[in-house]
Amino acid sequence: MLVPFGHLLILAGVLFVMGAACAVARRNLIMILIGVEVMLNAAGIALVGASLRWLQLDGQAFFIFILAVAASEVAVGLALIVYCQRRTGTLDADRYDLMKG
Amino acid sequence: MLCTINTAAPILFPILFYVLGAVIIIATGLAITRRHLVHAIVYLVISFIGTALLFFLLGAPFLAALEVIIYAGAIMVLFLFIIMMLKIEPPRAPLGGYLRQWLPALCLVAVSLAVTVILVSTGPSGGVPLCTAMASPLEFGRFLFQKYWFAVEIASYLFFVALVGAWYLGRREGKLPGRPAGD
Repeated sequence: MLVPFGHLLILAGVLFVMGAACAVARRNLIMILIGVEVMLNAAGIALVGASLRWLQLDGQAFFIFILAVAASEVAVGLALIVYCQRRTGTLDADRYDLMKG
Repeated sequence: MLCTINTAAPILFPILFYVLGAVIIIATGLAITRRHLVHAIVYLVISFIGTALLFFLLGAPFLAALEVIIYAGAIMVLFLFIIMMLKIEPPRAPLGGYLRQWLPALCLVAVSLAVTVILVSTGPSGGVPLCTAMASPLEFGRFLFQKYWFAVEIASYLFFVALVGAWYLGRREGKLPGRPAGD
């Protein structure tokens, strides 16, 4: 017998909130992308835990698709970051003020 | 997946779970607050390896292997390559100080954690104890390709789109058609 299901959900929730805080608070583009990665990983923990809770394999199958989305998101996101760095010479999200918004 | 009763060590698995959870949360918390990007990446690799062990504990050994290979291996190494490739400026203090930077995030964290704890503690299935079970890679692969074969095809299409997108964005500026070189 393992722990109660709620403890696993709280672990996943804490990780998700940490990733969201990283994506909100940090100003470096790479750290924002890392925050998104942490959030996706937390969702995966919740899915695998739910797969064990109901003894169905669907949660584990969905984690495969989360992996696929995370990998392609990182590839395109890092290409965008390289593009932005070439265009503007900085990775700081606060300095993208070309339009003075 | 079938429940298995472990009579040998009934206290071992909960202890493992809580230790792994503490390691994951501490490593992630250190990662998201580091100022140097390489330090953040290394702490995040520790967090992902802890997550892989957690998946092993939750009965998903194939996903544990994938977590190590793809998350802690491929994605983090991609981040390291980009960090080493770009010229990262030294970290500097934010415009309005740290309080202005972290205050919205802290509000978000407080509200979200409160809602999570309330939902889990009052929900119907929060207190159900998990049993120990394991899905072998054979069983999991059979399930995946029988029930979700179409989604697997769509995922491969997603990889193709990501490949084309990354290739297009990563080209040199001057070679874009219809734009003068050195623009």
